[in-house]
Amino acid sequence: MHTEYKYWYPYISPLDPCPPIKVKSYNTPPNLYLGFQPPSLPQFQPREALFHGTLWPALFSPYPNGREDEVTNE
Amino acid sequence: MNKTMPPEFYKLMEDIQAVDFVLVELSLYLDTHPDDYEAVQQFNYYVKQSKELKKQYEKQFGPLKEYGASYSTYPWSWDDVPWPWQI
Amino acid sequence: MWYYEKKLEYPVKVSTCNPTLAKYLIEQYGGADGELSAALRYLNQRYSIPDKVIGLLTDIGTEEFAHLEMIATMVYKLTKDATPEMMKEAGLAPHYANHDNALFYHNAAGNPWTATYIQAKGDPIADLYEDIAAEEKARATYQWIINLSDDSDLNDGLKFLREREVVHSQRFREAVEILKEEKDKQIYF
Repeated sequence: MHTEYKYWYPYISPLDPCPPIKVKSYNTPPNLYLGFQPPSLPQFQPREALFHGTLWPALFSPYPNGREDEVTNE
Repeated sequence: MNKTMPPEFYKLMEDIQAVDFVLVELSLYLDTHPDDYEAVQQFNYYVKQSKELKKQYEKQFGPLKEYGASYSTYPWSWDDVPWPWQI
Repeated sequence: MWYYEKKLEYPVKVSTCNPTLAKYLIEQYGGADGELSAALRYLNQRYSIPDKVIGLLTDIGTEEFAHLEMIATMVYKLTKDATPEMMKEAGLAPHYANHDNALFYHNAAGNPWTATYIQAKGDPIADLYEDIAAEEKARATYQWIINLSDDSDLNDGLKFLREREVVHSQRFREAVEILKEEKDKQIYF
């Protein structure tokens, strides 16, 4: 399983006027990893599919989600 | 003359949206996987479900599609409210 | 030809009268990476793309019009019955002066939609790579709008639209693989 977010630690200058955001993140949804979709993947039921925005759990990308839980702010 | 749609309207509309959404998803999938027999069978199964639900909806709430893709009521009710963005 | 169907693709709900959110959302109506751009981009590329991917462009292009209607519904609900005073408070006085509460194809900054937002290079790989990029940009735009919005019903519809960008991107990536025609060699991993 891949992670939905990747993190990086930007350079912080003592001269930056805004309080620094120490960790930044970007979204990496499942379409970046699935490759050519294999046949017969598990599916949502129709109503569940509608409310997830896709028929296949393998393509579901929750948002917003997982940001703060995954990262430790030092 | 204010008309309010009953709860059955919203329920039936959502049932149709769910089944039609599966058909959208399977269509895009089949566009890149034309030889997936199981997916084609599933597609046709939901086509049938969608037609049945829409028949039921149109009997109660009027035509869903324009230009003869749905039968007309008498009198003509295509332009009856609510439109999708008004619901 | 197309047939209109009197239903939305997804049950859109909006819980607040909030012209400020409409101001942001209009980005996905008449902005560079919005739904109008997407629909017109894909449907127009169909005429010069290899036959194998015309079906996909037709279906995704058509779905984009359904998304355009969802965005229009959100904007309509957020501004319906909003008074000139409320429009003014939302920073929409310039919009109101020109359009009253009518929708218009412009972006959040007020720039009118332009055909320069879309490309048609005639090279299938270049065009499909543009489509993949367009889907990722639209996904990001939905994220930024969700970050700005505190209307959970509205966000529910926006999350649906964001997820559709993920699925469309997936299909365009598969279309590239089909055009590479080396499907059996390496794509299942």
